Amino acid sequence: MKIAIASENDGMNSTVDGRFGRCPYFAFHDTSTGKTEFVRNPARESSEGAGPAAVEFVASRGTGLVMAGDFGTKIRSLLDGLGISMEKVTGKTVAEAIKSISINHPE
Amino acid sequence: MRAGMTIAIASGKGGTGKTFVSTNLFNAIVGEGDGAMLIDCDAEEPDDTLFFNVKRVCSREVTQKIPVIDAGKCTFCGRCREYCNYNAIFFLKEARRIKVMDDLCHGCGACSAACRSGAISEKEKPLGTVTDYLAGENLKIVEARMHPGNKSPVEVIREALKEADTAVTVLLDAPPGTSCPFVNTVSAADFTVLVTEPTPFGVADLKQAVKALKNIGKRCGAVVNKAGMGDGEVYAYLKAEGIPLLMSIPFDRNIAESCSKGELITDTDGRWKAEFRKLFETIRENL
Repeated sequence: MKIAIASENDGMNSTVDGRFGRCPYFAFHDTSTGKTEFVRNPARESSEGAGPAAVEFVASRGTGLVMAGDFGTKIRSLLDGLGISMEKVTGKTVAEAIKSISINHPE
Repeated sequence: MRAGMTIAIASGKGGTGKTFVSTNLFNAIVGEGDGAMLIDCDAEEPDDTLFFNVKRVCSREVTQKIPVIDAGKCTFCGRCREYCNYNAIFFLKEARRIKVMDDLCHGCGACSAACRSGAISEKEKPLGTVTDYLAGENLKIVEARMHPGNKSPVEVIREALKEADTAVTVLLDAPPGTSCPFVNTVSAADFTVLVTEPTPFGVADLKQAVKALKNIGKRCGAVVNKAGMGDGEVYAYLKAEGIPLLMSIPFDRNIAESCSKGELITDTDGRWKAEFRKLFETIRENL
């Protein structure tokens, strides 16, 4: 499964971002290979509608689970409609969030 | 000076007394037999009509166009998504998903122009109403009222402003703040009366309002309401900026009580009628 984690920066020790739509980076983690890739969030600079644009971005990369501090109502219904799971994560680093995946979402 | 001038009553800070000044100024002008019109542009919470014995004349709905996409005709080319500046079309090519995010749509019509397969039609989304009232013979009050749940009152305000009768004096009761609703209202005025109060909060927001007016090249004067409370900073600021102090209204419990009963102080107290009449003359001199 591919996981997209909203990240404040581009390193494993970065904190998981509180915002989904406007986070600076997404950490894409692939549970089958164990690899993590940090990609700039193209939706971040949108004047409006960053949330839906960020959903388009993560969905187009085949994401099955997203992690962020919180998700707005517009985002939730879009992710639900696409069958993408959401998990709220606060005060953790990206590395810690990834570690928690194997416990909460065993494949 | 032309017969009909347009005066906006604005503030920056909310609760300084825009409606108090607008309604009493209107009452003072019309009391002398001069034609006048009041447009309540505070579309998120219009209340000017509460102070008058009004008769509703007519009302019209203000709408915005929202695209409706026929998924059967859609070829999922993505052109509408490319044209949309507001991320209002959620589009996933591979998954063949397309959805209009009504809340994000500005009604610009770019998606309809972009579509080559005739998959986009438009529906009308109600934004608010513009209602005409009569407060006496030939005394018109126009009210802009936004429907709850919409994100901006600007379109409703613009529609209400179209009803301004240039032959008479038009007063615009502006919305609080200094963002788009404020800018759209004061842009339609020849002169803006900024109602403020002598508190640090009042002065801070007054400065923002003055800055916004300077940016769009509009002249203004100030009315200090609740004078006697707070400090003297507002007076020093007005002096330094060269903004005329048009009127000072004391911090008086009687005024607040009268206002809370829906009374007009220009009706209940002859001295205030004269004061507001004087304010009107002072505005004229400053034009």
